[in-house]
Formats: sequence, C-alpha cells, structure tokens
Amino acid sequence: MERYYQQNIETASREQIKAWQDERLVKQVKHVWENVPYYRQKMEEKGVAPDDIKGTEDLYKLPFVTKDDLREGYPYGLLAKPLKECVRIHSTSGTTGKRVMAFYTQHDIDLWDDCCARALVAAGATNEDVCHVAYGYGLFTGGMGLHGGSHKVGCLTLPVSSGNTERQIMFIQDLQSTILCCTPSYAAYLAESMKEAGITKEQLSLKAGIFGAEAWSEEMRRDIENSLGIKAYDIYGLTELSGPGVAFECSAQSGMHINEDHFIAEIIDPDTGEVLPEGSKGELVFTSITKEAFPILRYRTKDICMLTREKCPCGRTFIKMCKPMGRSDDMLIIRGVNVFPSQIETVLINQGYSANYQIIVDRVKNTDTLDVQVEMTPEMFTDNVGEINRRQKELVEGLRSMLGLSAKVTLVAPKSIVRSEGKAVRVIDKRKI
Amino acid sequence: MSIKQISVFVENKPGAMSAMTAVLAENNINMRALSLAETSDFGIVRIIVDDIYKATTVLKDAGYIHSVTDVIAVGLPNIPGGLNKVLNIIEGAGLNIEYMYAFLGKKEKNHAYMIFRVQDDALATATLKAEGIRILDQEAVEHF
Repeated sequence: MERYYQQNIETASREQIKAWQDERLVKQVKHVWENVPYYRQKMEEKGVAPDDIKGTEDLYKLPFVTKDDLREGYPYGLLAKPLKECVRIHSTSGTTGKRVMAFYTQHDIDLWDDCCARALVAAGATNEDVCHVAYGYGLFTGGMGLHGGSHKVGCLTLPVSSGNTERQIMFIQDLQSTILCCTPSYAAYLAESMKEAGITKEQLSLKAGIFGAEAWSEEMRRDIENSLGIKAYDIYGLTELSGPGVAFECSAQSGMHINEDHFIAEIIDPDTGEVLPEGSKGELVFTSITKEAFPILRYRTKDICMLTREKCPCGRTFIKMCKPMGRSDDMLIIRGVNVFPSQIETVLINQGYSANYQIIVDRVKNTDTLDVQVEMTPEMFTDNVGEINRRQKELVEGLRSMLGLSAKVTLVAPKSIVRSEGKAVRVIDKRKI
Repeated sequence: MSIKQISVFVENKPGAMSAMTAVLAENNINMRALSLAETSDFGIVRIIVDDIYKATTVLKDAGYIHSVTDVIAVGLPNIPGGLNKVLNIIEGAGLNIEYMYAFLGKKEKNHAYMIFRVQDDALATATLKAEGIRILDQEAVEHF
C-alpha cells in the first residue's frame, strides 16, 4: 500500500491545490513587493502591482527572474526577511561567477525538510530505516536537505557526506543502511567498488536509493537497481528554490511529483517567454509560494522539461515533471557540477591558449569525463616537451579551480577542431542520457 | 657554432607524421637528421634539413606550428667509446644535455654524427673544440 508523509496534502483534490496556490501566490507577491526593492522595481518596470495578481491565472503577468538577477543581488539583494530571522545559508557552487546565496528562516527549513521527507516516504522510508546520506554536506544543499527529511521521517540518519568510498562501504555493511542518498553516478561508483571488493548485493540491507543533482538515464537506473538490489528514485531541486525535494519520484517511477503546495511550475517557450499549454516541451519555470527569506517568482531554471497531470497510480495529485531533457542555455552538468563552455574559454585565454577549443563529455563506467581539446598556437609552442607538459598541467589546475572538477587537456594541431559554417563546434556530448 | 633545427608540433595519431613528411617531400626537401619526442597526445618532430629557409616556409604555409632551435652538430669517429668521450667533455664543462640524437653521413663512412641540445651553445662549442672534437656548421650540414 502506498505510504505518504503528508497524505492530506499529497493527495489533495486539484481544487484544493489550486486554492492553496492562489492564496499563497497573492500573499507571496505582496511579501516581495513590500520587502524586496529589486522585485518591486522589476514589477514596476513591467507595469504590474500586487493587486493585479489574484491567483495562479495571473502568474504570467509577473516578470521572470534569472540567475543573473540573483547574482546581481549578491549577497543580500533579494533577501525578504531581516537577517535576524534567518537561520541558515546555502549556496550554489558559484562556478559561473558569483555564487547565488540562498537564505532560510526556520520555517523555510521546516518546509524544505517536509519536501525531502515526502520524497523519502515515497521511496519507502519509515522510522525503522537507516538512511545513509552520502550527498555532500556544507553549502551544497544535497546533504543537509535529505538529512533534514530523514530526521522528519524518523530514520536513523547517517550524515556520512561524500567521499571516502571505503568508509562508505564499511558503514553500509556494518550499520546495515537501508536507504542510500547520493548522486546517481556516485551510486554507480559505489556499486562498482563493492563488486571489486567482492561484496554482493545479498550481503547488503539496502532497499532504496534517492539519487539526484545530475541527469541520469533509465539504463543507468536499471544498472544501479540491479547491482545494489534496490529501487532507485529520482529527486529534483535547485538551491535557488530550497534544494532537493522540489519534485520527487513515487513508486510509479515515471516522472517526479512537484510539491505544488510550495512551488508553482510553468513551462515556457525559452525564446519568447510565452507560457505553453500543459504537455508541451519547454523551459521549466518555478515560483516558490511559501519561502519567507528567499522567495523567488518565476525563476527560469533553463531546464527543458514537460509537465503532466495524468492521474498517477500512487494516488498523489501533484503535477509530474519528466526528467529534464536538456538545457535552454549551453550549460553542461558534469559529475553534478554546472559547467559553462565560457568558463573553460576564460581559463584558456587567461593562460595564453587560443580560443579554438572543443569540450568532449562522455560517460565511462557511469562516471562523466571531460576532455578539453585545445589547438596549439605558435606562442604556446616550444621545443621542450617538459615545458609543454608543465603548461598543460597548469591548464588542468586552472580548469580545476575554475570548474571544481578535473578535466583532461589534449593539445591538438591548429585548425584540427571541426568548424561548421566557420563556427567551431564547442561541445560534443557523447553521454547517452 | 650551432646549426638550426626545426621542431614541429604533430598530433600523436595515425597519419600525422606522414602528412608532415609529405609537405617536405612535395617541396623536395631532404632531411639530414630526425628525432621524435612523443607524449600520449602529441609529439615534437625535430629535423635538420638541407634548406632551412624553404622548409620553415612550406611548413608554415601548410599550417604547421614549429620553432627553430639552435643545436650543436658534432662529428665523431664511428668507434667504441666515440660518443662516450664527447659526453665526458660536455659533462666536464658542467653542461646539461636537454636531448640528443644520432645520424649518419653519406660521405664519411667511418664517422657518426650527433646533435646536442644544451643550454649554452657557446660554452659547449668552445669546450668541445678545445678537446679537438669536430663541430659542423650550417653549411656543412646542408651540403652533407
């Protein structure tokens, strides 16, 4: 039988959900108008005032918010509550420039934890489970988010954080962890490492996994499920909105239910900004209607996605989103890290390389690889192999500090990078997601 | 007294080397000596040619990145211990050899030739000459 964390909310009637959304949206718009000059200015520029927003049908009147807006407001610009009422800060990795800082009141944390608790219960968690949280803890929202949800459910929570695979495996075995929370690629890596260590899935107590923060395919899901002997569930979230738990998968494993009592989802045409009818493919936009400290109206996620209200066998009435199908910008997600080609270009040019480069992303043994191919230039060439290698290492280091992940650098002959219509093809993504 | 060596950047992949030598062949350039320093993704082809000006021009036109480096060409008797003697002299002068490679001449069958890349060409040349070692100039190498 399907279990819920907050059954009355998760299975509420469509009318009830709409009523909550209408009421909360009106309140939220008033809240930002009164407390965030940046929002007020944006709304005034668009000629819209709080009185114009009577319910969700008026949502389209509000201006969009983009990552650039959030960066412009760094650090306190979009804060809607006095700092003394805030209890925590999380942050994006900041790889594309200034970090986005997200603030939380205790109430915000409570609601976020609820969202994660819903995801855990949908994956079968109860207070008898041992929940192994191997997402990173810290400014990243993954660890703390699932941690909070796990507490709410009453699981025995193991805040092991990321890294030290040997120790992870030891805990999973010794403490008989039943629920694993981490990125899908790390789950695959754990499975592989266990296999190498001769540990079979029969020796484990794991029953379910909640895997998010990066794109993964159905094939990868089956691989992880088979190798660990578990059911693998997807989870979606953004630091800008709270963190993981904006949407989560249920037992149907066919799309993620959006926590509609806290977030309103729209699909828009990324070029025109026009709202598209349900079932259309377009850019996913979220409005957080219950966040106090860091409310966001119509945030453009840049994720290309589809929404469906088809009745779900699990009984939840929340709208479902599919796995994000791509990006409306050129952002790549590599090992869970957001990477823009422009960042790579910046490092190359800073170090004196040419802007003729190509980024090749692949997935080998369920782990993303990043190969940056750079055309050699007369300026960078020397007769000394050691010197070229030294510069190559410097470039790898530069990329690591810019992107926060390790890349391979390959030096190639001039003009060897394929150009189409005179323009270099910057990214080749060979991953089958 | 040093001679000019051309160092060419080539990718370490099938056909990369022959594409470069084709450019030289088409322009009737003869190589006197060749050595290759390779890494997993690229290599540096070091060549001594009969016409340095022509070779650098045609390579540049063909889009090859290259540099011209001063190296020392030494002639030594083709007998056991011949190279060892030269190395001892260079070592005695406190000079480090960055790289070296050998080639054979057409005219003098009983001689072997070495190319040395050192930091201080003048010191190396002077030291070797003082010990009676034969140093080849550009002219000698081109008209070998």
